[in-house]
Amino acid sequence: MADVEAPAAAVEEKELLAPPELDLRRAVRLGLSNAAAMVLVAATGIVGTFQGRLIIDPFLPLGLLFLYLVAWAFGWLAAKPPPTLEGFAPAVPGPRNLAAGALTGAIGGAGTALLLVLMTTFNLRGIFIELSPGLADTLSFGLSVAAAVSAIVAVATAVGLAGAGVYFLPPRWRRALMPGLMWVLIFALFTDMIGQFFGGIGLEFVTDLLFTSRGGPLTVVGAVTVFVAFSALYWYRGGRKTTLRQRFDLLPAERRTRWTVGLAVAVMVILWFMPRIMGPFVSQVLDNAGIFLLMALGLNIVLGYAGLLDLGYVAFFAVGAYTAAILTSPLSPAFSPELTLIAALPFVMIAAAIAGVIVATPVLRMRGDYLAIVTLGFGEIARILLNSAWLAPYFGGAQGITNIPDLQIGPLTFRSPQDYFIPIFLFVVVAAYITLAVQKSRWGRAWMAMREDESVAEAMGINIVTAKLSAFVVGAVLASFGGALFGSQIGSVFPHSFDIVVSITVLVIIIVGGMGSVPGVTVGALALIALPNLLREFSEYQFLFYGVLLIAMMLVRPEGFIPSKRRAQELHTEELAQDDWLAIYGQAGSGEQVAEGTA
Amino acid sequence: MKTRKGLLALIATLALIVAACGDGGGEGDGDGGDEPGVGALGAIEVAEGEPIKIASLQAISGDASSLGTDQVRAIELAITDKAEIAGHPIELAFNEDDLCSSEGGQTGATRIVADTDVVAVIGTSCSGAGVPASEVISGANRVLISGSNTSPYLTSDLAGNEGPSHHDGYFRTAHNDGIQGAAAAKFVFEELELTQIATINDGDPYTEGLTSAMAAAFENLGGEVVVNTAVTADQTDMRPVLTEVAAAGAELIYFPIFQPAGDFIAEQAQEVSGLEDTVLMGADGLLSDTYVVLPQTKGMYFSGPNTPTTGEYDAFVAAYEEAYGEPPIQSFHAHAYDATMMLFTAIENIAQESDGTLVIDLQALRDELHDITYEGLTGSLKCDEFGDCASVEGIDIFQNTEDTADIVAVRSSPIITYTPEELGIGG
Amino acid sequence: MTEATAPARPTRRASRITPVATFLWFLRIVALVVILYGSFQSISSGRLTAAQWRDLIVFGVSTGSVYALIALGYTMVYGVLRFINFAHGEVFMTGAMSAFLVANGLATTSLWASNPVLSLLIVLLASMVTSTAVAVIVERVAYRPLRGAPRLIPLITSIGASFTIQYIVRGLVGPSTKAFPRVEQLRGTWNIFGLVILKSQVVVIVAALLMMASLYLFVERTRTGRSMRAVSEDPETAALMGINVDRTIVTVFAVGGAMAGVAGALWGLVFPSLNFFSGFLPGIKAFTAAVLGGIGNIVGAMLGGVSVGLFESVGPSLVLAGYEIPAFSQLKDVVAYLALVLVLIFRPSGILGERLATERT
Repeated sequence: MADVEAPAAAVEEKELLAPPELDLRRAVRLGLSNAAAMVLVAATGIVGTFQGRLIIDPFLPLGLLFLYLVAWAFGWLAAKPPPTLEGFAPAVPGPRNLAAGALTGAIGGAGTALLLVLMTTFNLRGIFIELSPGLADTLSFGLSVAAAVSAIVAVATAVGLAGAGVYFLPPRWRRALMPGLMWVLIFALFTDMIGQFFGGIGLEFVTDLLFTSRGGPLTVVGAVTVFVAFSALYWYRGGRKTTLRQRFDLLPAERRTRWTVGLAVAVMVILWFMPRIMGPFVSQVLDNAGIFLLMALGLNIVLGYAGLLDLGYVAFFAVGAYTAAILTSPLSPAFSPELTLIAALPFVMIAAAIAGVIVATPVLRMRGDYLAIVTLGFGEIARILLNSAWLAPYFGGAQGITNIPDLQIGPLTFRSPQDYFIPIFLFVVVAAYITLAVQKSRWGRAWMAMREDESVAEAMGINIVTAKLSAFVVGAVLASFGGALFGSQIGSVFPHSFDIVVSITVLVIIIVGGMGSVPGVTVGALALIALPNLLREFSEYQFLFYGVLLIAMMLVRPEGFIPSKRRAQELHTEELAQDDWLAIYGQAGSGEQVAEGTA
Repeated sequence: MKTRKGLLALIATLALIVAACGDGGGEGDGDGGDEPGVGALGAIEVAEGEPIKIASLQAISGDASSLGTDQVRAIELAITDKAEIAGHPIELAFNEDDLCSSEGGQTGATRIVADTDVVAVIGTSCSGAGVPASEVISGANRVLISGSNTSPYLTSDLAGNEGPSHHDGYFRTAHNDGIQGAAAAKFVFEELELTQIATINDGDPYTEGLTSAMAAAFENLGGEVVVNTAVTADQTDMRPVLTEVAAAGAELIYFPIFQPAGDFIAEQAQEVSGLEDTVLMGADGLLSDTYVVLPQTKGMYFSGPNTPTTGEYDAFVAAYEEAYGEPPIQSFHAHAYDATMMLFTAIENIAQESDGTLVIDLQALRDELHDITYEGLTGSLKCDEFGDCASVEGIDIFQNTEDTADIVAVRSSPIITYTPEELGIGG
Repeated sequence: MTEATAPARPTRRASRITPVATFLWFLRIVALVVILYGSFQSISSGRLTAAQWRDLIVFGVSTGSVYALIALGYTMVYGVLRFINFAHGEVFMTGAMSAFLVANGLATTSLWASNPVLSLLIVLLASMVTSTAVAVIVERVAYRPLRGAPRLIPLITSIGASFTIQYIVRGLVGPSTKAFPRVEQLRGTWNIFGLVILKSQVVVIVAALLMMASLYLFVERTRTGRSMRAVSEDPETAALMGINVDRTIVTVFAVGGAMAGVAGALWGLVFPSLNFFSGFLPGIKAFTAAVLGGIGNIVGAMLGGVSVGLFESVGPSLVLAGYEIPAFSQLKDVVAYLALVLVLIFRPSGILGERLATERT
């Protein structure tokens, strides 16, 4: 709270008030949520499916770990000391916090135990298919039901206590040990990739040390090593007074630019060599991420700069893919000139521009949310038409267009995922350049003015029609490049690949990554495309976690991973210390608590 | 800015240099060829005590997830049933999601073949995913066997012409659309003696291919397809479509689609005036327990793979229910089971022991799959040169009568069986 | 958008002939010609009898009634909070799912056959309770903390909520399709004013009308309804007038959820198969309906719902068939979306216009 430094100095002589007591009723409420969460985790089959995965060989399966991790998280939440308000002493964690954590954990455990009892007494498997004898076995730790009930509550309480206990660690220890544990989990989940990485750079022995086998779980030695190594790293980092970001901001402008450029080059070099080191699968994933990134940069212009909520962005992606497919594939139904992809690109751009105009024109006068649903409609229309029997003589219908040839530039043929990474990377760099260049240009400023307030922008002399049309066209062209590369890389296009989920994914990428910021969008694409692909074994629950992640991100960090400065400011201006007051004392009806505080 | 343009130029140059130096080295090279006894595709060696690894590539999430989940379960049951090959246990090393899309199939296949110990892949669920997967997996010298792909593109048009997406490592135990379509057409024209039909697909490559094949065969026989239309898989209101069908005067509706769309057509056909006497016919997509128990499906015909009348299928269904808490949720589980077991039989036949290590020659595996005849839940399977392995007994036509209480009863009493020869299709 | 009210107030812009205005007029004329010509061809070709056209219309109205019920939830939430609640389709699906499960449970008892009215009421209750609960929980967990945030943020959250609910349900009950048990008493048709309509469809249309009428009365006549209207007009002033804004918003979600619950129960009567993904498309259709009728406008949502149902049902057969397009039924969604675009071109605020006349950024 830097802005209250001065007054705080003045009140230092005054005695600080005692902080409010931790609300145990809140702990009970959180306990009920905890119970609900744990029951859902068990009943949706997450425990059962994850149980097959060992974190540490041989005793730590992921299923039960995940279940009790939920309890731990709730315990941690319940025991959180209230924020320090102006004029109050900071709250010191005490037995009440432990009680809160334990209480939350216990209630969660009780809920789980109840589920176990219900599951074993009645046969609910007809309705809730995951409540199998196998799950009962797992939940009860192999004990009898009666014994298991006590065991579950006991373990959950202990875990909740542990969650509360985190606050008793000195801050530096906390900031070292928690990430250390997190990294153990990360190493265990990504064993495949990490093994590949060390193998790729020639350090096979590390993989042998850490894991039982290639792609297998961590060994005890491995887990301890990772934990100690990362904890030490964070410990060292915790000792510094300022964060990296703060020190960066304090540098003079010229040095900052140099560091930024250097960082960008370094990132690009790493991304460059990644495919060679990491093998075909990771390259494929990076290819997919790259294509989505290309689209995200396009939508970034349409939505981030011009403020047009386009929910049918996939239509342009499809136009690019199908135009390229028709022009290059020998199996294109109506008309197959069999151009090379490079030769086809100008036509792809023209087709995309036309599509952009077709979509933009009817919506020129429409307001924000109407625009959203209409563009969504256009996206669906595109997919249905591509799939239709009516237009099948041109687009191949449900059978799509296959045998799209590989990209060829002169004597070079790009075939494998590693090869394709190069052109995709280049296109992304060009798109990023365009994005950054446009931002400072007249066009960019016109778009941003339009985004802020259309009427005022028009009054200032900006031609809204041209602005909207140009935004759509530029966005369409970028998306169409993505589509052309997509079709070429996979070798075939089917209408199924161009549904509304793609539009939504691109939208989520730019919001979660950080709208308007190129590094943010890059991180967003990597996080939202690469990550689920790398965790493919949990794909049954992929969308579940995806949804939870979205909700969590929006609640905690709506400006995205790496936001543009302005956006972060916009989204957090409302936050004042005031909000903390409201959070603790609520609205009407908490008179007693206020009185206590002033005693 | 100068820096930016310079950066761009630098990157472009770098790119071309690396591209020129490096090559398409992502596809697995066979690591054999010189050694005696090992074919041109190399071999996979399984050390003593190590498991033989296979993978599954099915649609696990999204709206096709019942199709994929059903087959994954069948694969797991097969692994449990077989337990081991030549003293080595079997491991399902990957349970990948093909997302029922081409990019899902490609990414999943790429992930699997990155592990050089995986011998074969059972998948994909959807033909669209199968097109790139077939290329990637065959290119990596492994084998891909599908329990539900039916598109002729992936194998051949059954007249000796290779399909445009065919690759040597691809096999499948589901029937090529050409066979099933021809069988259905023959039944309708000759047995039911109907001359005007309507076909309805759901916009998916499988159903669209099947209706095209059936329509073509029907017209060849002399019949007329009065309406050839489509619904979407998530459509619920079929009445407008059915009204059009009624208006066109169709005597039979062939809708080889899936649930729940199939449920709605059967249900609403009874409500639309003009369709009272119209016969309904589906295909193997609807041959599932949850469909045939519905009252509106009584009296319907189905085309589907020949199922042997032994008790094996019953035993399989019982085991499935025991393990997963519900009867099979789709209709390709038996195909997937057969695909897996056929693979195991082939591996067992050609695997060679060498100092405790099991050597699986990949070319020999492919050859063996072409050679063997496997007796499975879906009939007697023999693979032709293009990878179509579906039952040589051909296609059965079933009817869901008032007496048949469940799917097992329906499948065990076919009305008629058509072999490929009878259908005039060269095998 | 001030443009929306331009025709009412003569301004210099309205009288200037801009290229955009010309183009839009051109589009309107083209659209009219295309529709009229296609319709004329279809009807005069005699492909469908009058009875069949009537059937198509009735089908459209009954499906549209279900869309209308779902659209109510969208429009009310939008009217009060100004954001698109993507998760509403899933609210509907959870209600429908519990309806299906409860119905299947009841069907194993004798109550189902002996007393269908009571059984269906129990099913309806289960569905409404579930949908309301889900709607309220989602509001509490995901939307309330984001009250002041710019429009896009809750939109993303609602997308996340949509995925979460879908896959929780999938995890709980599996991906297979559930069937709604038959209600023997509702099989067959009734003859109403010479129209032969399926009994189940009559029930759906009547039930939907009843619910919509009660909702309209609730919003217009009761105190809570007044609070809802006040909060949608101006939350800050409403708070100053002593209205508990938080509680009103929860009520809005709850009522919207309840309506979706009714839709879920009725769904089982007309479309007796359901899986975890079945809420997605009706959700989008219902949102289209809400916009079509004028977002924020309750009567508009009802009208929009029925319109979308009609466009889907009658549209392809009426307009597309006239141009001899093969497999025109496949394009029914195209008709619905194009209809939306055209309506918005003709009337930019939707058929009945928005509740609020002025635009908010």
